[in-house]
Amino acid sequence: MKEKLASLWQRLFGDSVRAFGVVSVIFLGSLAIAPAKNFFSEWRHYQHGYLKMVRNRSDANTLQRHFHGGIQQIWLPELGVVDRCTSCHVGLKESSLADIPLQPYRTHPVIPHKLDQFGCTMCHRGQGAATTVSEAHSSTLAWEQPILPAKYIESSCGECHRGPLLGTPQLNQGRNLLSRVGCVHCHTVKLSDGSVMKASDDPPSLSHIADKTRREWVYAWLKDPQAYATTSTMPNFKLSDDEARDITGFLIANSTPVAGNTATLSAKASADPAAGASLYGESFCASCHAVKNAAGNMVGGDVGPELTRVGSKVKPEWLQAWLRNPRTYDPGTAMPHYRFSDSQVATLSGFLLAKTDSDLLANVHLADATPEQIAHGKRLVADYGCASCHEIAGIKKPENFAPELSRIGSKPVTQLVFLPGMQHTLPDYIATKIKQPRSFGQGLKMPQYTFTAAQIDSLTTALLSLNDRSYTLPPSLAVAATPESDYQPAGKAGMLMTDLACLSCHRINGHGGDMAPDLTWEGSSVQRAWLVDFLKNPGTLRPALIRRMPRFNLSDGEVNELTDYIMTVYQSPAVDRDSMPLSGYSQGQIELGRQLFYGKYACQGCHIVNSKTDKGYIGPTLTQVGSRLSAAWIYQWMKNPQALRPGTTEPNRAMGNEDAQALTAFLISQKGGTKKEVAKK
Amino acid sequence: MTQYGSNPTRVTTAALAVTLLATFATSCSHQSANSALPKATAFGAAIVESSGGKQIAQTGSLLPQPVVVQVNDEQGTAVAGALVEFSAAPGVAFDPPNGLTDSSGQVTTNVSLGGMAGRYQIVASTTDKSHKKVELKIDEIALSYQQTLGRHLNDQYCERCHNPESTVERVSNYDNLEVKPHPFSEGDTLNKISDADLTAIISHGGPALNKSALMPAWGNTLSKSDIQALISYIRAISDPPSRNAGPVYAKN
Repeated sequence: MKEKLASLWQRLFGDSVRAFGVVSVIFLGSLAIAPAKNFFSEWRHYQHGYLKMVRNRSDANTLQRHFHGGIQQIWLPELGVVDRCTSCHVGLKESSLADIPLQPYRTHPVIPHKLDQFGCTMCHRGQGAATTVSEAHSSTLAWEQPILPAKYIESSCGECHRGPLLGTPQLNQGRNLLSRVGCVHCHTVKLSDGSVMKASDDPPSLSHIADKTRREWVYAWLKDPQAYATTSTMPNFKLSDDEARDITGFLIANSTPVAGNTATLSAKASADPAAGASLYGESFCASCHAVKNAAGNMVGGDVGPELTRVGSKVKPEWLQAWLRNPRTYDPGTAMPHYRFSDSQVATLSGFLLAKTDSDLLANVHLADATPEQIAHGKRLVADYGCASCHEIAGIKKPENFAPELSRIGSKPVTQLVFLPGMQHTLPDYIATKIKQPRSFGQGLKMPQYTFTAAQIDSLTTALLSLNDRSYTLPPSLAVAATPESDYQPAGKAGMLMTDLACLSCHRINGHGGDMAPDLTWEGSSVQRAWLVDFLKNPGTLRPALIRRMPRFNLSDGEVNELTDYIMTVYQSPAVDRDSMPLSGYSQGQIELGRQLFYGKYACQGCHIVNSKTDKGYIGPTLTQVGSRLSAAWIYQWMKNPQALRPGTTEPNRAMGNEDAQALTAFLISQKGGTKKEVAKK
Repeated sequence: MTQYGSNPTRVTTAALAVTLLATFATSCSHQSANSALPKATAFGAAIVESSGGKQIAQTGSLLPQPVVVQVNDEQGTAVAGALVEFSAAPGVAFDPPNGLTDSSGQVTTNVSLGGMAGRYQIVASTTDKSHKKVELKIDEIALSYQQTLGRHLNDQYCERCHNPESTVERVSNYDNLEVKPHPFSEGDTLNKISDADLTAIISHGGPALNKSALMPAWGNTLSKSDIQALISYIRAISDPPSRNAGPVYAKN
């Protein structure tokens, strides 16, 4: 063996010429490594594949002409983008390659941005400068950001676009949930525009809870909120029996009575289910409150709490006082102050109190709370951060109770703790944390929510959009959200509107709900007499609408107050109410308008003017539009409906003055002979 | 020389192969992680769809409703305890990926579609008594960004007339119209209309192509790109599929 080696050495390096030759060969060989590596590189392999694929297509010439070999790069210094993705993804810009099923050769789907202006990693994450698949797509030791899974891709839209976008429903829903289910009560979310995300829910104050409900219910609720109301957004804190008992004890002992919220029943709850159901229906309680019906379907809105088992929760005297005037107990409530009569309060409370569930409190037996238990309960309330959401007398709202989430979308994976079997990526961490927060360790406080899988995906999307890049963007790229105004109507009428909680459903000057029409220009739109009539006895304008305006039993004085305010204040500068008369149009003009209505513009597809022949179900019924709207409003509406009410479904027909005038004449002549009949419906 | 030169080559090729394999393996690991299959206690003869086919979702996202399939025996009665496995093109995820049929013979799974827009074919399979595979193919549709935008515009402006079905929130106007609009899934009619003609009808109304004036002109309300988005959505959901509907992703 030794001899063999020695002879080999002798043969290769025996003399200097020989040695020089061999060393040269080794040297040349090692020099060849670099070009060889380049020649056999992955991107070249994909480019060869592309050219091979393209060769047999009918558009081969065009595609070949567009093709550039070698490493391709999109360099956008101001965005920090150095993306070489197009070295392998060769067909991204070729619209004819939409039929290729898989990347890297398929056309990029149509989006509102240009590849050359944004690059790839702005949206998809990953390592743009890398030239191998694994380095570009996966996380490596030097690079934490793997490709963003397709289902979270909308998070990247949210880096620049701070408001909702039509094409990003998942991001919109996620952001909405962040503020609606109360995440931001505990977690601070500072947005890149300097604002702080605000909660849009309004968890009830617990300072007077003993007025409202009994200990047994509080205990059952704390143990499992969804057992009482499946739609409740109160999370489950997984409390032990003792913890729930002690918190209950503290909350009840800590509660003080509300002045004026009388503890005596002023009227006996009447047990007339038929009358109760009809009053519940007439008052359109279901516009805001849901009740699970016998078939198991949830019927009603989600503005107010679910009422399926409300009879097992509230004290009868509290319910009556609440129905009489909810603002006594909770001045900021979204519930309107209905002017119910005593007998109506009795009927409605009787109807609601009958909505019980005997199983709910069957196994709850609580002895009187001891002072030790109450003290322990108080500590627990502080520990679990109850006051982050709820007002509790004597307990301060904790600051920064939970980790701030302002840049959670850039959190390094090395700082995260993963569960066994989990993929080690940030999106998976966030999704799992939302799904089962307590599984990440002992003593964690984040409660268990009841989100659907789709909700978890959208929350994860919204959280991923809160990242470093959203802060470091060039300001020119940021698209600001329309700021929510804090408009409040003023004066005496303003107080009345607050009392009636108009803004819970209606939007005025950029503030309020979205269930009912925007009233910003209502004064230009409607006629005074109609508004008076409507407030006294709200009917329905649209044949196929479920949620409607309730009747508040307003006094004549209140109706006048409101009407005067609306007619004077809510005026559009684009509509001069007095510029067109409400009558006196020529028969010829009215007839022309009729022909345009039924012929050229075929308005009967969506509207009803003649209730016998027309059937349109989409727009408001127009049988009495001449008594409802001002002529100037109709005229301007014909010319451009979106200018008066952005986002309205009515198509803009870009009508000329003549057509608009004739249609106005025709519509204003519809004074509605069948008014009584409609009102009865 | 050749010997020295070829070594790095082999290394690179090997590295390439390894990377490709690794990528492939990671993309498949989803399925293989759940490899512990439950044991079937019964065998059926046929597998049928109960619900959840032809749903529409965004790329990569969860279908709004779960997919439910049922295993029946030769007589058509439901079989409990049969093993059903779900599979599809890479990128599609099932939760759970397999299961035993319940007392009503059904298995329910939540499906997330892949990251590319197009049609996804899902295969639900079970084995019969002679260990032969019985398969059921279910199609689902994944929408791109543009198609999602089109879908949103459809919900806002089109659907009330063009969709004959009513829901609790949306009462259909279809029956009220003298000339019936075409539901957008009606591929037999809509596939024959070119993009240019669809654009003309949407922008200028039915009369632009001698059709009913009940279809109003939307050209002043919707932008050009809005209308393109709408058309891309209509193409995506038509049945039978349009030529422009995008690729079909089936299990390879």
